[in-house]
Amino acid sequence: MLNQAEIDGFAEPPQDRSVATAPVVIGAEHLGLVFQTRDGIVEALKDVNIEIRKGDFVSFIGPSGCGKTTFLRSVAGLETPTSGQLTVNGMSPDEARRARAYGYVFQAAGLYPWRTLARNVRLPLEIMGYSRAEQKERVARVLDLVGLSEFAKKYPWQLSGGMQQRASIARALAFDAEILLMDEPFGALDEIVRDHLNEQLLALWARTGKTIGFVTHSIPEAVYLSTKIVVMSPRPGRITDVIESPLPPERPLDIRDTPEFLTVAHRVREGLRAGHAYED
Amino acid sequence: MMRSLVPVLTVVMVIIGVWYVAAAWMNATWTLQQAARAEQQLSPVEVLQDTMVQKRPRLPAPHQVAVELWETTVEKKVTSKRSLIYHGWITLSATLLGFAIGTGLGILLAVGIVYNRAMDMSVMPWAIASQTIPILAIAPMIIVVLNSIGLQGLVPKSIISAYLSFFPVVVGMVKGLRSPDPMQLDLLKTYSANGAQVFWQLRLPSSVPYLFTSLKVAIAASLVGAIVGELPTGAVAGLGARLLAGSYYGQTVQIWSALLAAAVLAAILVGIVALAERITLRRMGIAH
Repeated sequence: MLNQAEIDGFAEPPQDRSVATAPVVIGAEHLGLVFQTRDGIVEALKDVNIEIRKGDFVSFIGPSGCGKTTFLRSVAGLETPTSGQLTVNGMSPDEARRARAYGYVFQAAGLYPWRTLARNVRLPLEIMGYSRAEQKERVARVLDLVGLSEFAKKYPWQLSGGMQQRASIARALAFDAEILLMDEPFGALDEIVRDHLNEQLLALWARTGKTIGFVTHSIPEAVYLSTKIVVMSPRPGRITDVIESPLPPERPLDIRDTPEFLTVAHRVREGLRAGHAYED
Repeated sequence: MMRSLVPVLTVVMVIIGVWYVAAAWMNATWTLQQAARAEQQLSPVEVLQDTMVQKRPRLPAPHQVAVELWETTVEKKVTSKRSLIYHGWITLSATLLGFAIGTGLGILLAVGIVYNRAMDMSVMPWAIASQTIPILAIAPMIIVVLNSIGLQGLVPKSIISAYLSFFPVVVGMVKGLRSPDPMQLDLLKTYSANGAQVFWQLRLPSSVPYLFTSLKVAIAASLVGAIVGELPTGAVAGLGARLLAGSYYGQTVQIWSALLAAAVLAAILVGIVALAERITLRRMGIAH
């Protein structure tokens, strides 16, 4: 029932043909990234190969130091890979960044304390030079999308951590990038809030059809959200398994108690364990 | 407000009490010498009474200073050369101009330090060195140099004032402009924001709380600078001039009232900056 982990990182053929024929949005070939630190050379990424297609929800999971955040930052053009190929929408990550191809959600909401929620969401629109009317319309739309319309005039300190993180997601959605990159967006939140936000994120993904790259260290979160799970391991940071999720697109929270879910979760755990065995 | 009033008043009472005791003790020597010369015998009560009313006491009693302050502020016309308000205004105008120059210079230097690597490496050591030079030593030089190019009066004093006040502004603003964390800078990078946008949208608003902390130090330093700047000018006008004239003629009451006036002025100025801070931060939504 379980497939052998594919160390070379290529995905197995997905069941859903429509996804398989969708264009590749993010493609990495033999991607490597080496950091020069005071303690010597750190291989943050080694021979990473992956294809993310339009409309995919891809989670990157692994222990700290496995390069999952580094990979996401490379896609965003915030880090520069030292070897291999990386394309975003057929462009280099830097070109894609300048073309505003993606919205990025960081681990902390990072809202400006001197701006109200609405003005925080408006920030990228101001910077990108949208017209006043368009700014207003878009802010209203994305705040509605994350269910924060009635808090538009509040300052960040007046909101809970979960609400702040939802606002930061709205901010990333405001300018219609096709790709949403999320770096442990719910890592600092408690489990109940997290479940709730996961559910909302899936609904949002279904409504918008965005391509989502999602970094997490929670197995249930990765399995619950993703169409594709990329398991990574550290030193050097690399992909140890890529799992196409057999779960249906409609996912109520209690899907997490089904055998299919547990099977996928088990395989993720196996992949993580394999990565750790390498170290010892 | 009421909560802070009680401790403040308590401290004031204690200071006045200590002051009275010190005045009696320090001035008693002169009283006793005078009595010995006149071959008089004074009772302790008489000695105490005399220490409170001397014309040129070593340490004037608080009420003597209070009376002098009253006479030179309320009972004199503000245009009078004996009015402390007149002298205070002379000093205040130099203070405010110096504060404005110092703040502007400080902010410009901080922006330069944050954005220019060469300035980052070179300016700060000089700024620190500038503050290690005793202002009393350099003030006369500034007065003399500026006088030789035809600048006198307000401007030289303001420049000495700015010399003291730019420093806290540089230090605070450099810290403030660098206060956004890497994540917030990365966020703007994902928007492909340009340098000006990063400055106006993130760095400058982030630095505002730091700026105000610096301004409170800077305005007090400005006042000190303005007073010091008045000392070598030959004592024409200003609180510094009152201090100098008082010390020429042994007018300790005048010195102390000028000192007290300077302290009150400093407190008012710092209070105004603190108020501006509260209003600004509340308007920005940072303070709550």
